[in-house]
Amino acid sequence: MKLWKTAWRFLPLSLLLFLTGCMGETNLTALDPKGPQSQWLFDNMLLSLYIMALVTIVVFAIFFIILAKYRRTPGDDTIPKQVHGNTALEITWTVIPIILLTILAVPTITGQFMLADTEPDPEIGEDTVYIKVTGHQFWWQFDYEDEGFTAGQEVYIPVGEKVIFELHAQDVQHSFWVPALGGKLDTIPGITNHMWLEADEPGVFKGKCAELCGPAHALMDFKLVALERDDYDAWVAGMQEEVDVPTEGVLAEGRAVFEANGCIGCHAIGGMGTAAGPALSDYANREVVAGYLENTDENLEAWIRDPESLKQGNNMPAFPDMSDADMEALIAYLRSLDVQN
Amino acid sequence: MAAQKQEKSVIWDWLTTVDHKKLGIMYLIAGTLFFVKAGVMALFMRIQLMYPEMNFLSGQTFNEFITMHGTIMLFLAATPLLFAFMNYVIPLQIGARDVAFPFVNALGFWIFFAGGLLLSLSWFFGGGPDAGWTAYVPLSSRDYAGVGLDFYVLGLQVSGIGTLISAINFLVTIINMRAPGMTMMRLPLFVWTSFISSTLILFAFTPLAAGLALLMLDRIFGAQFFIPSMGGNTVLWQHIFWIFGHPEVYILVLPAFGIISEVIPAFSRKRLFGYTAMVFATMIIAFLGFMVWAHHMFTVGMGPVANSIFAIATMTIAVPTGIKIFNWLFTMWGGKITFNTAMLFASSFVPTFVLGGVTGVMLAMAPVDYLYHDTYFVVAHFHYIIVGGIVLALFAGLFYWYPKMFGHMLNETLGKLFFWIFYIGFHLTFFVQHLLGLMGMPRRVYTYLGDQGLDTFNFISTIGTFFMSAGVILLVINVIYSAFKGERVTVADPWDARTLEWAVPTPVPEYNFAQTPQVRSLDPLFYEKIHGDGTMKPAEPIQPIHMPNGSILPLIISIGLFFAGLGFIMMNMDNPIINPWIVAIGGLVITFGSMFVRSVKEDHGYYVPVEQVKADLKKGGN
Ligand code: HEM
Ligand SMILES: [Cu+2]
Repeated sequence: MKLWKTAWRFLPLSLLLFLTGCMGETNLTALDPKGPQSQWLFDNMLLSLYIMALVTIVVFAIFFIILAKYRRTPGDDTIPKQVHGNTALEITWTVIPIILLTILAVPTITGQFMLADTEPDPEIGEDTVYIKVTGHQFWWQFDYEDEGFTAGQEVYIPVGEKVIFELHAQDVQHSFWVPALGGKLDTIPGITNHMWLEADEPGVFKGKCAELCGPAHALMDFKLVALERDDYDAWVAGMQEEVDVPTEGVLAEGRAVFEANGCIGCHAIGGMGTAAGPALSDYANREVVAGYLENTDENLEAWIRDPESLKQGNNMPAFPDMSDADMEALIAYLRSLDVQN
Repeated sequence: MAAQKQEKSVIWDWLTTVDHKKLGIMYLIAGTLFFVKAGVMALFMRIQLMYPEMNFLSGQTFNEFITMHGTIMLFLAATPLLFAFMNYVIPLQIGARDVAFPFVNALGFWIFFAGGLLLSLSWFFGGGPDAGWTAYVPLSSRDYAGVGLDFYVLGLQVSGIGTLISAINFLVTIINMRAPGMTMMRLPLFVWTSFISSTLILFAFTPLAAGLALLMLDRIFGAQFFIPSMGGNTVLWQHIFWIFGHPEVYILVLPAFGIISEVIPAFSRKRLFGYTAMVFATMIIAFLGFMVWAHHMFTVGMGPVANSIFAIATMTIAVPTGIKIFNWLFTMWGGKITFNTAMLFASSFVPTFVLGGVTGVMLAMAPVDYLYHDTYFVVAHFHYIIVGGIVLALFAGLFYWYPKMFGHMLNETLGKLFFWIFYIGFHLTFFVQHLLGLMGMPRRVYTYLGDQGLDTFNFISTIGTFFMSAGVILLVINVIYSAFKGERVTVADPWDARTLEWAVPTPVPEYNFAQTPQVRSLDPLFYEKIHGDGTMKPAEPIQPIHMPNGSILPLIISIGLFFAGLGFIMMNMDNPIINPWIVAIGGLVITFGSMFVRSVKEDHGYYVPVEQVKADLKKGGN
């Protein structure tokens, strides 16, 4: 019995340790919120968790008392008193849950309207960043329509500002989610949704597709890069600049390969791009290849030669027979695409 | 008077049987086979997720596995396993000789089974369906999903017909076939919950049938209900699906509640606490179950008003569910509890189900659901309800009713070992999944990257699955061992239980009750033990008993439906061996032809003569 009591005392503590010790990776987990929206979600998750923990503790306590007290001893054939019910008790366990649920109902409704409020940030008004997101099998397109350019796989936002996202889907349904910054919302063909996110600090936050969308659904990751407003403006300016097409050396060769193989038909470099493949305007600064592979030359080459083996069911054609020299030039060219310098 | 019963070979006897007890056992066997199949798929999926970036299943295969796992578990394992007990137990518990329409009962089984087989055939024709058990369009449309999805659509359509007619049969049985004195407010809770669950089937499977028909028109005949580029609406499918899909959960969980409400009183030696409250709580849960379907769609973008309404409606379900939880606890409170295997499962159901229920309330907070939706948090939540609720209840029911169904006990030592291994494995598997979800792991992913902090919990989760599998293997060993070595049961009432099924002899005669019993109270057998001599009083003299003849027609009708379904599927195959129309129309001709035969051929059944009944009576008490 004594042991039990000590164990009980340590239970809440160990739970807490457990939770803080294993929160997962900081820029992915929702347990370490990095923006006002995810903070609100986290706080209200805790609120409901506490209330529900209370309910659970009551039930478990009754249950363990029963286990301890009401076992039948062998040979005991007496019949316990047959009670048919107890009105007072039954009213109690009807009314108390109603009260607890009412407590939860309030933030449910206010929070719902808070999330749905996708009006521009009143403080910055016109300057509120507005990004059009399109989900594709299995990549993300980010159109900065006001600024006049397209980004692929990586979306940049300024820190400390409410950024508005307009959600679309090209083929099947996807769901746009940056756990450390906020909740998800579905992208649905034929329907336009709106949501907002805000980051408290600069950083690279991991994003996921949360709706089953085909064989490579698991690999439909993206990055959200939050920059201080100045850096963000610099990035935007870089993206808006006319890209110079290299005219000599290996870069010019690479560019020629890029054109000759039809890469340019799907992948824009500069400008608004197309919906056929991710724009590559700022490729040198990409964290990953294809949304999830470490951005090394080997991975990049493997991807170009046989995308299917890395992302089943994706829509990019393979280039298995490209000569090594062409490949080298092409990669060099891609590595030179840098708007941030 | 019609002819007497004919002797037949064993196999023919089972193929043609219309006896609710045999059909119950057939549901049990079929459901178990599908359960094991879907369980092995779950094991494979968890192995694939044991380490980051494993290469055990490809993304495509994994998606086929989630889809088949979910679909089979819900439609072909959980539903028939519950139907097994409903078939076997309901007529006995209400003092009836059979269900209202024995022929239809057999038909229901065979159609369900034909649909299940049809669905399973997909593996041999270019892969299983791969759009998840919810089959959201456009992923399930012809542009993105192959012929596997046609197996899903027609397999479920066919097996759904079986489920639907069985449910109607239960409804009529419970309304019409109760023994004298068995008023509605004296029905055992298992009968009540089965009754309400059957009502839900009636109202939920009809929209499903309509939805599947529309999807079939889209996929096979080029309609555009769900094709956005042609003016169709994809969200329409989600509404239709969840108007079926949410009640489906209650269809499964209510009879599970019923089993718990039978086992806990029996082994606590107390009557159910708050019987009336339990009945009305069940009704309220069922009603609200229909009002909350859109809580599966909070992130679709229905707007804050709709989301708030569905959120609040969802939360209210916690109230009647809470009433049930406390009533079970207070049934045990003050009792004399025997913890055998059945009771271990039944009592552990209560706190486990609470854990699933509280995350349900957390999910109901619509804005916070933006965080949980489509993550492992949801996977954890619904497995706490489904495995920690429905499956535990099924195991409780299995150990409880096994002696009546098979004439021997299951081994208790093996049973308890099974319980502990399964129960520990269950929590290992699913508890950590709550955390995985919050840590950013979406559901339905076939892999995850190594640097994301998700490795440890995924590993633990998979280890838990090994425990659960070991537990189920122990159960199989137990069943085989007990068949040979298990304690034989010849008494009617091995548990000292309370309800009417324990008043009929073991093995149960074909006609159940030699004389229909007179019911004088709730828990009628217990009442007679206290106030009478422990046996039920007959409500009628011994007289010849009218029984229906077996028939092969249910099997033939469902074979026809099987081929009709197959024919429609073949219309989407690249090189069908024969013209699909021949198969489809041929199948329908077989089905409607046998229905016609059934309508015109006279079959008056047969009578069990009085001497036979008296001879049986001497062998075992009633
Ligand atoms: C026996 C232990 C079980 C294990 C280890 C298990 C494991 C899994 C796994 C790994 C998934 C895929 C989760 C995801 O990626 O989204 C899953 C999904 C699912 N499971 Fe289970 N499961 C078990 C039992 C059950 C039972 C008994 C049922 C129902 C009666 C069930 C119903 C479902 C459903 C409906 C899905 C969703 C499928 C989908 O996303 O389309 N599971 N399960
Ligand atoms: Cu996606």
